[in-house]
Amino acid sequence: MLEVRDLEVAFGQIAPLCGVSFALEKGETLGIVGESGSGKSLTAMSVMGLLPLSGGRITAGSIIFDGQELTKLPEAAYRKLRGGRLGLITQNPMTSLDPLQKIGPQVDAVARLHLGITGQQARARTIEILGTLRIPEPALICDRYPHQMSGGMKQRIVIAGALAADPDLLVADEPTTALDVTVQAQIIRLLDDLVKERALSLVLITHDMSVVAQTCDRVVVMYAGRAIEQGPVEAIFAEPQHPYTQALIGCIPKGLSEDEHLVGIPGTVPTVMNYPKGCPFHPRCIRAEDICTKTSPSLLPRVDGAVACHFPGAAP
Amino acid sequence: MLLRYIFFRALMLIPVSISISVVIFLIVHLLPGDPIDNLIRVGSSTEDRKTLVLKYGLDQPLAVQYFRWIGAIFQGDFGEAIVLRRPVADLIAQNLPYSLRLGGAAFAFSSIAGITLGTISATTRSAIVEIIMRGFILLGSTVPGFWLALLMILFFAVQLQWFPVSGAKGWSSLVLPVLTIGFGGVALVARVTRVALLDVRREDFVTLLHAKGLPSRTILFRHLMPHAMLPVVTILALRIGWILGGAVTVEFVFGRPGLGSLLIRAIGQRDYPVVQGCLLMLALAVMLGTLIGDVAQAAMDPRIRETKK
Amino acid sequence: MTRITDTIARALSGFRSTPMSRAFGSWLGKIAGGFLALLVLTAIFAPWITPFDYAAQDLTNGNAPPGWPHLLGTDQFGRDVLSRVIYGARTSLSVSATAIAISITVGMTLGAAAGYFGGFFERAVMTVVDLTWSFPDILIALIFVAIIGPGLTSTTFAIAIAYLAQFTRLTRAQIVRLKQETFIEVTINLGAKPYHILLKHLLPNAIAPVIVVGMLAIGDGIVLEATLGFFGLGAQPPTPSWGAMMSSGTAKLFLSPWVIIFPGVVVAVTVIAVNLFGDELIRALDIRDRIRDS
Repeated sequence: MLEVRDLEVAFGQIAPLCGVSFALEKGETLGIVGESGSGKSLTAMSVMGLLPLSGGRITAGSIIFDGQELTKLPEAAYRKLRGGRLGLITQNPMTSLDPLQKIGPQVDAVARLHLGITGQQARARTIEILGTLRIPEPALICDRYPHQMSGGMKQRIVIAGALAADPDLLVADEPTTALDVTVQAQIIRLLDDLVKERALSLVLITHDMSVVAQTCDRVVVMYAGRAIEQGPVEAIFAEPQHPYTQALIGCIPKGLSEDEHLVGIPGTVPTVMNYPKGCPFHPRCIRAEDICTKTSPSLLPRVDGAVACHFPGAAP
Repeated sequence: MLLRYIFFRALMLIPVSISISVVIFLIVHLLPGDPIDNLIRVGSSTEDRKTLVLKYGLDQPLAVQYFRWIGAIFQGDFGEAIVLRRPVADLIAQNLPYSLRLGGAAFAFSSIAGITLGTISATTRSAIVEIIMRGFILLGSTVPGFWLALLMILFFAVQLQWFPVSGAKGWSSLVLPVLTIGFGGVALVARVTRVALLDVRREDFVTLLHAKGLPSRTILFRHLMPHAMLPVVTILALRIGWILGGAVTVEFVFGRPGLGSLLIRAIGQRDYPVVQGCLLMLALAVMLGTLIGDVAQAAMDPRIRETKK
Repeated sequence: MTRITDTIARALSGFRSTPMSRAFGSWLGKIAGGFLALLVLTAIFAPWITPFDYAAQDLTNGNAPPGWPHLLGTDQFGRDVLSRVIYGARTSLSVSATAIAISITVGMTLGAAAGYFGGFFERAVMTVVDLTWSFPDILIALIFVAIIGPGLTSTTFAIAIAYLAQFTRLTRAQIVRLKQETFIEVTINLGAKPYHILLKHLLPNAIAPVIVVGMLAIGDGIVLEATLGFFGLGAQPPTPSWGAMMSSGTAKLFLSPWVIIFPGVVVAVTVIAVNLFGDELIRALDIRDRIRDS
């Protein structure tokens, strides 16, 4: 369904994304995890073809969606895909809806544009979708303004907009980060159900490993603009090869036992301006040796996936 | 909801109008000497003086005088012009249409030209347009309006003879005065439009609109413009006051009839009933302007409609 | 609402905030400062600099175009335009500077008292101030001239009143902000007297933005003075003032346009210089945010 190969993105002279590859089948959920600034959102924007909005461009690699090369797609054709076959769910529902327009028209617009149906049909569809997203009194909600809704409700409306034209692929960029903890679980469950009911493909971007463990089929771990490890969720969680993946998994609280220690990762994520030479993770890595400071590790195959590390292996 | 907002917003004008009318009322009383001397022709008979004293109740306490004065104004009686020997209400009725035409045209010109220029400048992101706009704002706020008016007359009316030098006959006589008043306004509105548009473009919901596959033009006109118009409406409402101030000057220079030239002549001739009448009308216009601006904003933004002040 | 005012403030702030024009701007600011210094010196030493007596009439040589010996020509009475422009600088600068000095003194006192004492007093002062704020300066000045009558004194007071609101607002905003800072709270809690706190701690910290805004207001004052003078409500003959000169020039606008062009150019250049220099000061002192507060 979606295949990203060696994707590189640049903003002027700065290259925040260098070499990201992954693939996703129909009906699958792919998790992209990493700390903030690791290039997760940029990957999402690249797939949606929205990089030019923020002044970025794809400098190398390819994005193939349903057999179609997206990086060379003309804007007019891309616009038909966006909202039609590709749906986007953004990070902050508080700012993702136009505050000056009623909710109904904001969702209707998608179906009217991509399915070529009348306003009335689109409204009926909107009400139906809002209903399936478990929004109470969907017909009334259409006449409300965004500021009259809670964060969780707004995010459901954003999701409704993404679903309105029956997309094949949904890209959700940290869809729960800005929400209350209780609401987070509801939204994740909602997305999970949608994938199963509608045979959607979902790219779920998150910084939460436990969300990945619950919902995803495959996972890509990103660090400093690179995909450093990827594979099926079970395999990655059972045998993480990259020290960073191991550290991330170590950060998930497992239970309430007294003697459990949460392991943090020392140091901070490098910013785009100062990506380290060699392996970008070496300043924080316990396994780092001389070679790690000099050459960037190439991707090594692992069980149905890949890892980029000079010294891959199980945690000591 | 909107009606409710208009009602409460208009209610807030009441104390403001009262304070303004008190200040204008007091003009005559703050002057040195007997107020009656400021309200009547020099050399009037004692009888005339007595009738006027009775009419204005000048022997009564100030508060009573104020209520008489304001009461008469509500009935359309602004008093008698000293020099022109006519009811002030007549003078105002005669001059007001000219001022409204000039002010309206100047306002329309600043808004339409300003918003169009600002939108073009924001979508093309031209640095040259930006620098020219800033230059014009600087000039508009520093060059005296009357001098600009004189230069316009010298160049367009005398040298090129495109427009009449002065007067208020026909639409061509409006062109130079409107250009003079709109000079700084266009650049100002354009720049606010530009900054506001560039701001809204960075909002998350705009990204989402693009992600929905909406064409750029739809996004610009249906979503970005309404947002950009919020600060523009604010600045336009403020601009109504400036336009009136500019109109006062420009009317005088171009020798157009209007409240402004009436006021300035009246101040020079110490014709106080006319001064009071003109000031009241101008103050009223400024207040109505800010009211319309606020209401327009509430009509556009549901969030404002619901905040009670 | 705050976002809207912020957008407007940014749209209006400064002639230059693009990186390209920033270097250019600092250079412009220096030139503007130099011009203003020169103008002030010219005004002070006017009697020694002017080539002719500003009031000397020479009816045989009226409306002479710019040339020698009258560099900027003569007006309808044959008076030397250059000499009158130089003496006009005296009138305009002194009237405007005096007016703004009064405005600053009264405005700071009102603003400081309002900000410090708060309560009913603050609300009363701010209501009046906000009221005048929404009116164009020329209207406020006209109301005042209507009360005291035409002349330079009333022009001075009219200008002072017209710009009073902005100093009151600015000072009050500064004081309110400062009052929340720890060192002031500590001083108050230690039992210092109000006037001591105001004079020793609050005002000195609030003065920089007020001075710069005052500097910019002198420019606006010059325009207002010229406008009132042009209406015949300011300086009365034979006192030379830029506005009055242009007013008398309109009579022979087509015959001798230089009588209105040169004083106008001087007003425009002076006020632009004041703005550029003031902008430079704001940037150098880094107080743009504090001015925007009010």
